[in-house]
Amino acid sequence: MSVNVGWVQAFDLARHHVYGIQVDLTRPLSSIMWDQEIRQMASSHAIMASGVFMATVVPAVLVPGFSVYGTHLLWLYSVAGAVAVVNITLFWLLGVSSPTKKHTITYKVSRLVRSCLYLLLSCLFFHTVVILYGAPLLETALETFSLAVLLTSLTTLRCVCVLGPNVQAWIRVFSRHGAMSVWDTSLQMVVGCSVVGAWLGAFPIPLDWDRPWQVWPVSCSLGAVIGYLTGLIVAPAWIHWHRKHLTYKIK
Amino acid sequence: MRVRSSFFASFCLVLEVLSVALFLRGFFPVPVKSSFSSKSKLSDLPDEPFTGSSPNLSKVPDPIFKRVVIVLIDALREDFVFGPNGRKYMPYTRHLVERGSTHSFVAKARPPTVTMPRIKALTTGSIPGFIDVVMNLNSPALLEDNLIWQAKMAGKRMVFYGDDTWVKLFPKHFMEYDGTTSFFVSDYTEVDNNVTRHLDNTLKRDDWDILILHYLGLDHIGHISGPHSSLIQPKLMEMDDILKKIHGSLILKETEGALPYLLVLCGDHGMSETGSHGGSSAHEVNTPLVLISPAFKRKGKHFQQVDLTPTLALGLGLPISQNSVGRLIQPVVEEASLRDQLRFLHLNGHQLSCLLKDSMPAYEKEEGYEQFRVAEKSHGNWLKLVVEGNTSEVLNNMGKKVLKQYLEALRVMSAALSKQMGKYDMYSMVVGVVLLLLLLLLAMPEALSGASEVDLPVSSALLSLPFYLLCLLLFSVHMLVCTSAESACYFCSLPWGLVFGAVALSSALLCILVSMAARKGAKNPGHPPIRIPGGGWSLSELDILLLAGTAGHTLSLSASSFVEEEHQVWYFLLNTLCLVVFQDVCRKYFRERSANIGVIGCSEDKDCLPPSKEGYAVASPLTDLGVTGADSERWLALATPLLTLACCRLLRSLNQTGVQWVHLPDLGHWLNSSEHKTVLSLLAAMSLALIYFLVQRRCSWVSKIALALGLLGVYSYRAAVGNVVLPWQHSGGNMSKGTMKARFVYVFILGIFFTGSKDLLRSQVITADARLKSRGLWEIYSGVVLLVALLFRAHNLPVLCCCLLVQSLMAQFIWKKLHYDAAQTTIMHYWFGQAFFYFQGNSNSIATVDISVGFVGLESYVEAPAVFLTALSTYAGPLLWASHLICYLSSENRSSVAVGHGCYCLALLRSVPAAAYVVLVTALRYHLFIWSVFSPKLLYESMHTLLTAAICLFFTTMEQSRSSSRP
Repeated sequence: MSVNVGWVQAFDLARHHVYGIQVDLTRPLSSIMWDQEIRQMASSHAIMASGVFMATVVPAVLVPGFSVYGTHLLWLYSVAGAVAVVNITLFWLLGVSSPTKKHTITYKVSRLVRSCLYLLLSCLFFHTVVILYGAPLLETALETFSLAVLLTSLTTLRCVCVLGPNVQAWIRVFSRHGAMSVWDTSLQMVVGCSVVGAWLGAFPIPLDWDRPWQVWPVSCSLGAVIGYLTGLIVAPAWIHWHRKHLTYKIK
Repeated sequence: MRVRSSFFASFCLVLEVLSVALFLRGFFPVPVKSSFSSKSKLSDLPDEPFTGSSPNLSKVPDPIFKRVVIVLIDALREDFVFGPNGRKYMPYTRHLVERGSTHSFVAKARPPTVTMPRIKALTTGSIPGFIDVVMNLNSPALLEDNLIWQAKMAGKRMVFYGDDTWVKLFPKHFMEYDGTTSFFVSDYTEVDNNVTRHLDNTLKRDDWDILILHYLGLDHIGHISGPHSSLIQPKLMEMDDILKKIHGSLILKETEGALPYLLVLCGDHGMSETGSHGGSSAHEVNTPLVLISPAFKRKGKHFQQVDLTPTLALGLGLPISQNSVGRLIQPVVEEASLRDQLRFLHLNGHQLSCLLKDSMPAYEKEEGYEQFRVAEKSHGNWLKLVVEGNTSEVLNNMGKKVLKQYLEALRVMSAALSKQMGKYDMYSMVVGVVLLLLLLLLAMPEALSGASEVDLPVSSALLSLPFYLLCLLLFSVHMLVCTSAESACYFCSLPWGLVFGAVALSSALLCILVSMAARKGAKNPGHPPIRIPGGGWSLSELDILLLAGTAGHTLSLSASSFVEEEHQVWYFLLNTLCLVVFQDVCRKYFRERSANIGVIGCSEDKDCLPPSKEGYAVASPLTDLGVTGADSERWLALATPLLTLACCRLLRSLNQTGVQWVHLPDLGHWLNSSEHKTVLSLLAAMSLALIYFLVQRRCSWVSKIALALGLLGVYSYRAAVGNVVLPWQHSGGNMSKGTMKARFVYVFILGIFFTGSKDLLRSQVITADARLKSRGLWEIYSGVVLLVALLFRAHNLPVLCCCLLVQSLMAQFIWKKLHYDAAQTTIMHYWFGQAFFYFQGNSNSIATVDISVGFVGLESYVEAPAVFLTALSTYAGPLLWASHLICYLSSENRSSVAVGHGCYCLALLRSVPAAAYVVLVTALRYHLFIWSVFSPKLLYESMHTLLTAAICLFFTTMEQSRSSSRP
């Protein structure tokens, strides 16, 4: 599999970033690296998408009576779990996130603790935002929180994996012209697509069609997952398409 | 001819209002009416169909009932009687329904479920047009053929007690009457006592034939506290006792051998889950109909409300009124002989077929009409056999078959007639739509171009050849339509001179607009005519959201659910807007701070982002303010969108509106229940205090005092009406109307308006002082706020308070600091206005219009102020935001274009959805929900367009005074 090859190269690329080598597209070598990086991203995205797919299919085989609408929360947790596992494994193997400066155990533990804290905070943040959007305060708290967990696993988790538990870096990436690498751009797109998907998913709720997917929070979580998948597909394609115009400043 | 651009926009908007009015004229059909202006007479009735000749057949069958008592309980919902709680609420009635000699039905009322159209429907048997709702407030005498008139002509003596709508509809028809006015909604005991006090005396007497009682208390309770209130049960038990009393006295009066009595218990409409009515939900439409008479033996099922009319008419031996589309409730006459039954059905069928003949050109092809002819023929054959003395079983079966034929024919004819109601005047509609689209497509790009003056090529357009050709063309089209159309249309009934003027005017308009567009296209072919706010083509997230949201909302109007739940769309968009603004603020302040502190930013960072960095450096409050001040300001700026979000979430749960989730409990109901009166009082007092605090900042001291006293007056008015408590006022039962206190507030409102306009005039005429002018504007704005505070119900005062809070915070920390341009600010104001329209409890159904507002400070119903106050309080949200927009745009030292530009954007924002909606309604005119969902929304849209046109005119005068005051 080409992915195996890609990991090693990605590690090299990450090194390049750290040492501040400017990626110059005019040179053939960097152009090759560029292509390799895009290919790497495409294959990793394919694995993530298949992870979502497996998370839908496997429980359908194993668990009796499983359906996306009927046992929606189960599906939601399985997708969130699968996305989390695949993301963490892939990014750990790829080593995209900026490598730690210190290698002490305490530092790593504190990073881990901070990551978990951020994830929890992000769950709470999404929960609050969804409530502000008009979800009932108490009656469907579990469903709302599950949606928040799903959104966290689709968005914040990727941030943690790519950028580490570093809020300043997150703010940098999500401000205008803030992307510093291909992975930053893909992060922007995937996160944006997931959130916009969840946002669009809320629109069918007021329709009086009485369909099973209009029940809270089915349409929103479906929208988020579909948006996530779209983001996974679109990000490498878009970067590939615009590779001539993309320039990243590296500090 | 050169005109200012804002004047041009207002002109376009006024024309748009006119074309919307034209569209409405065509859209709301005039109800089906027979062409004769005369009324049915006994002598006109057809003979019994009889093949052969035989004397003495042509009389109406004898009446079945001698006396009729109609007990009409306003807003009596079907499940109040027949539902699971019916046994508890109305024990005697339930007892009668279950074992007495009664017929009980569920009578379906047609929307609009409002009292006056329902009374008209019940008495004429026709279905009043939708437009009758608008006319609900002033009810002129009913001139159509109706049951009451027929009864009077037949010499029946009628007595009426109850809602004075009846007295207005039927002046001089009643031998004895006492009307009670229905508009003091907070009173639910006195209105009913006014009816009941006559009852004992009347029931003792024998000098009447028809007694009609219309009880209003239940409806008032529904409006106050909904169908699940604790007040409902005692009220229904009171009604039950009244029914028992009447029934008992009727039984006592009954004598052997005389005709039996008939006691009718019915509701004019139901009550929705929030206690209002007007829409078409099952709870509003289904009303109980209980007919109690010793002449009955069995029970029945669903019927239309209008079916009561022919039934009563035939039961009393009266002719059926001409425009009735109802059909006989057959179980009622079941006990009569077969021959009489057939005669009844024949009379009803004849009346329906006459109406059909009048209202449809191709009536002979109508299925029901043919069926009726067939049934009539077989009726004749059967009758011949009967007269000949044949009395076999076969004959009886044959008669039953004829009966079935008749019933089927009646059903089909009635359905065909009801469908006939939806006849549109397509000509007017099309003209309205074309005019609207023309204005929107051709005039608005010009309007958006941002130029402060528009050059109208009037003379060149009037002298050109296309103008005359167009005149000719339009005139010939008009001739063609008017000569070929079979249905009546409004335009064809106009005099020729007027038509010619209109044609000339519209072709001139078309020529001018086209030449303007052509000139514009020639001038800059490369550039797109519409300049997107934000400059150039690089759109920020906010611009994308604003454009996509406006477009998306317009598209969403095509789905009936989205029209019903429009508030959800606005809340959703508003939340997103707040989040995007929050992101903008974050981006500004965090990037700035990081640049200062240097966490990730460095000198290179500044180099790499020159445009934004420079923009921030200019905008930075850090440069001229102390660090602590800047810090607190930054945190306030960051907190503002979040606070707005929290406010929106709170307000959203204050009033549940729409259709699907309207039954969910909300804070408004919780506050209005009697045990939380103290909380409501505290909340109202706090809101009023905060309102004062927020508004007084920019007023002169005279207005400050007037405002404070006015707000105190508002509280004491609410206390007088009984919504809130005063600590020193011991709860006596004395609920006055608070007229004096409301008038006291009106005086202060007028005072504030006076000071405001005085300042405005002074700034305009004597000194060109911008500060004076902005103070004057703000004073007028605060007058509006005070008026709205008076009109809003007590539980809605937090809406007003939050509105002011959000306005002042946003103006201070967001719009100014983030340098949003006039277009962006206007769109945001418009969105907030829309959301607040729904926050205050409005929806797109007529039912939520609070007409009790029209009586604040008035002793009795006076039309003009009542309509004005109702419109004002309904559109308080959009109005407050639009007037804040004027204050905001003209208060700053902005370029004079800002106000004009804002006016444009407002006009555009209003006319895009209005035009799209008019086109949509034309396309969907045969949709199932056209009357229940789309039509009320159409009325709301046109009313809103009218309001916006008025505001834009005000904008224009403001701008005019500004430019004239400038040397």
